Amino acid sequence: MTTHQPPEHPDFLWRNPEPKSSYDAVIVGGGGHGLATAYFLAKNHGMTNIAVLEKGWLAGGNMARNTTIIRSNYLWDESAAIYEHALKLWEILPEELEYDFLFSQRGVMNLAHTLGDVRESIRRVGANKLNGVDAEWLDPQQVKELCPILNINDNIRYPVMGATYQPRAGIAKHDHVAWAFARKCDELGVDIIQNCEVTGFLKDGNRVVGVKTNRGTIHTEKVGLAAAGHSSVLAEMAGFRLPIQSHPLQALVSELHEPVHPTVVMSNHVHVYVSQAHKGELVMGAGVDSYNGYGQRGSFHVIEHQMAAAVELFPIFARAHVLRTWGGIVDTTLDASPIVGTTPVENMFVNCGWGTGGFKATPAAGLTFAHTIATGTPHKLNKPFALERFETGALIDEHGAAAVAH
Amino acid sequence: MLLISCPNCGSRDETEFQYGGQAHVAYPEAPDTLTDREWAEYLFYRDNTKGAFAERWLHSTGCRQWFNMLRDTVSYEIQAVYRMGEPRPAGSPEAGATTSPAAGNAGSSASPAAGNSGTSSSPASPEGALK
Repeated sequence: MTTHQPPEHPDFLWRNPEPKSSYDAVIVGGGGHGLATAYFLAKNHGMTNIAVLEKGWLAGGNMARNTTIIRSNYLWDESAAIYEHALKLWEILPEELEYDFLFSQRGVMNLAHTLGDVRESIRRVGANKLNGVDAEWLDPQQVKELCPILNINDNIRYPVMGATYQPRAGIAKHDHVAWAFARKCDELGVDIIQNCEVTGFLKDGNRVVGVKTNRGTIHTEKVGLAAAGHSSVLAEMAGFRLPIQSHPLQALVSELHEPVHPTVVMSNHVHVYVSQAHKGELVMGAGVDSYNGYGQRGSFHVIEHQMAAAVELFPIFARAHVLRTWGGIVDTTLDASPIVGTTPVENMFVNCGWGTGGFKATPAAGLTFAHTIATGTPHKLNKPFALERFETGALIDEHGAAAVAH
Repeated sequence: MLLISCPNCGSRDETEFQYGGQAHVAYPEAPDTLTDREWAEYLFYRDNTKGAFAERWLHSTGCRQWFNMLRDTVSYEIQAVYRMGEPRPAGSPEAGATTSPAAGNAGSSASPAAGNSGTSSSPASPEGALK
């Protein structure tokens, strides 16, 4: 736990330009992934005549609503590669972007509560080690030593039978991450255009040649979609389908507390994940609502379930108060893995399907998506995450590591 | 939480039900002739409509029967509840916003009843909303 406070930021971090009539590339979605994509397009590929279109305000969608957990302890080789690459980028980005976003490598624990959990967790620790991802298996006593406020008694409904632990994992200040990318994008000449909603696409045959927006038509040679829960809506405008379903996902924070929680604790089984923000709020994530929804709010019974689990695991939370709750719209796929690559429409690319865990992947999503947009072909890290996998059957089943069941 | 009007049991809390995703997705009529693309459509692709959406629900702790529901995915308002096998009620403004292009994936019951607007034909009253 740190007393480190966020830095004062300057009055202006980016311009608010009027959209130009044409760009070399347009990114739809001004969240973390869209901004990171624009940053790497400019930095790695020299594409600076580009725009990021955001229908609301910058980073006001899922980027503002996530629980900021960063880790790379995924089971399969493909996932470990892309998430571990993201983690390595997180480790250097504050310096590279010249902006402190309080990346705190305080470790992440994933609890096991059943024999099935234990076996799956130990298997995942083994897989992580083989992929060069730091991972340990902790017994309940070691769990208690690392996080003393956790209840490891065996008289609770789902006793703690151990945990996986990734020491290099942690949290970051999500808003500051977005601002850090936005500021650098702006410096590199990228136009960040807020309050600009895409209403359709211009096509020449099967090739996209422009974007229709509520602020006029923008001609462009390439379009990258990075709109998370609204990806299906955009794809439909462009004339193709995506195998994703949008669900509400909720989180909440308590009032500020003294530092009590030194790490990040996640539990798939009882469905809660908890960390303590730098300022002192307890940040807790819940599960998704079962039904499809775009309402950016979820059901109360989901939070009730989550709080019951949290209080059992952390008895001292019983006296805390919920300060606010909110929901975001997450884009889930059937294999709990993202889709990053080309689409059936020429020169249109998609980055979506990150579901409940896209924040941690922000730098790698941006890096690989920028590569895909600039070169027209996937980066080696996102090649397995192509839309075609649903036809070939080469799915990447990460339900065990995705943390939120969906 | 939704208050869902089961066609057999009446109004119950959402927690008694399980979600079954998009309604009216028919099993392919000639599965042996499907291409990989068409199989992918049948197995993995579902509409993700923003607006009125026809979906299946199971009353798992009640009558244990499946039924269909028309619900707005933005306001979460339940617009109609109807039995399995019945067509999607007419008159919903965004009916059929996205229909599957795959062969064998859109049964006749999937298409909204055209030319039938203006008549209130939902078999069960669309009771229930958020509470």
